[in-house]
Amino acid sequence: MADRFVPGDRVRTRSVDPAGHTRLPRYARGALGTVVERAGVHPLADDRARGLPGAAEPVWHVRFEATELFGTGDHAVTVEVWDSYLEAVS
Amino acid sequence: MSSDHGSSAISERVRRVEALLEQRGVIAAGEVDRRIEEFLAGGSPANGARIVARAWVDDGFRDRLLADANAALPEVGLSMAGGIQEQRLKVVANSATEHHVLVCTLCSCYPIALLGPSPSWYKSEAYRSRVVRDPRGVLAEFGTTLPDDVRISVWDASAESRYMVLPVRPAGTGSLSETELAALVTRNGLIGTALL
Repeated sequence: MADRFVPGDRVRTRSVDPAGHTRLPRYARGALGTVVERAGVHPLADDRARGLPGAAEPVWHVRFEATELFGTGDHAVTVEVWDSYLEAVS
Repeated sequence: MSSDHGSSAISERVRRVEALLEQRGVIAAGEVDRRIEEFLAGGSPANGARIVARAWVDDGFRDRLLADANAALPEVGLSMAGGIQEQRLKVVANSATEHHVLVCTLCSCYPIALLGPSPSWYKSEAYRSRVVRDPRGVLAEFGTTLPDDVRISVWDASAESRYMVLPVRPAGTGSLSETELAALVTRNGLIGTALL
């Protein structure tokens, strides 16, 4: 299947608060960022932590401006996020 | 999270699983400990330093390293395949305008094969929670003050990749050999909490 994203795409992380394990850090939820590059293909960690095999999916480096994450700061933070955590932004 | 590792329930469960695996002949007695010891013994910041020194003297290697670090590492006799599976490595290069710093906010992910076991502060909640919000302030506490026009870029190892910083080559080192250059590289320089 073709990748949903290419470097440079604008994306938003889902605003979720799952009951169990997730690898989407709380500070990076519901945030607007830019895809940097693909960082491999891996089963979703949330599924693996629940004992499910998890389907392999792309993982992305997504870069966020500090102002978007924290409302302040002049730096950027790049987080590694599974495809399932992302929504396309048109 | 790394603090979970101390709970006795999970420790007992791990010991029980290990005992069952040994009983059923899946692994040899003591194999887990031996494999962990082997893995840790091979890991040292000297490995990261060798990579950096080569990148400083060989622009072609530098380009290959930044484009696909896993493919470039064998050129200096290293790999990320020492654990259960090969880990993807992403090398990020500091410059006159951008400074990178590494963290794992969710736990303590770290390129042990290239940097050795991580320092305790790297695993502390204080570092992990603060460096993403205020990297300039945290770096200053390490004695690393960056000019205001240097952009700071934090990398959070939240998934499967591991990271390493390629520091800027210090000025006045043009006459040094690759081995001498490697000796200038510090662990904190490879994490991004120090300049060289």
